[in-house]
Amino acid sequence: MTLQGFLFYLISAVIVASTGIAVTRRNLVHAVIYLILSFLGTALLFYLLGAPLLAALEVIVYAGAIMVLFLFVVIMIKEESRKEVMASAGQWFPAAVIAGVYVLVTFLMVMSAPGADAPLAMLWASPRDFALYVFQHHWFLIEVVSLLLLIALMGALRLGKGRATENIGGEA
Amino acid sequence: MIVPFSHVLLLAGILFALGMTCALARRNLIMIVLGIEIALNAASIVFVGSALHWKSIEGQAMVLFILAVAATEVSVGLAVIVYAFRRSGSFDPNAYNLLR
Repeated sequence: MTLQGFLFYLISAVIVASTGIAVTRRNLVHAVIYLILSFLGTALLFYLLGAPLLAALEVIVYAGAIMVLFLFVVIMIKEESRKEVMASAGQWFPAAVIAGVYVLVTFLMVMSAPGADAPLAMLWASPRDFALYVFQHHWFLIEVVSLLLLIALMGALRLGKGRATENIGGEA
Repeated sequence: MIVPFSHVLLLAGILFALGMTCALARRNLIMIVLGIEIALNAASIVFVGSALHWKSIEGQAMVLFILAVAATEVSVGLAVIVYAFRRSGSFDPNAYNLLR
């Protein structure tokens, strides 16, 4: 096994373990912090798979912005309201079975696919090549995404204003 | 030379299943949105892996848009959750029964 292969399995184990811990925590702060670990691992994985710019964006956007946003919301709410009544085993079981069947089917499909055993070659998409490609072929989608983010910002502001907007919403 | 493509797919499948379980089984709206984030992240791992497999940068470009959609979804989703929390005082979806 090459060094890259060893690193891949190591990072994968860390990602799966930290995500597994995160989805089972009752304390939301712990769950969010374990997920930050998971996303940092994903960034390392992107770097290993030859996407350095995406690795940086993963750290900045996912581990940085999105998870900090979650952390803010969790911290803003009252202590006693964080308690979560876990679903009973009768409700857990179908979800676990569905997820298990999904993993099993994925495993079988992936293992039986032709050419699945050929190892990936090491390639490297430099940030310059990546940016040139995106802005040459997908410049319109970039504009659409910027519009989407602007609309999301406006929607979040409108919703976040709270009490004051309830009356306005009622009149309109 | 690193691992086969199938192992990347397998990792992403496990992560997606974890996210789906989280979104299906938890009773807290924040954890449900977190589960969707995990699933989106698994999807972007598949895209980066396929970009390497087919030696095309297209897959990596797609991850950029997944990232933007994830950021949008989370900002609006959390704003809606905070709004619902202010109205009902709970994160449990079962508590949202204003129309009953």
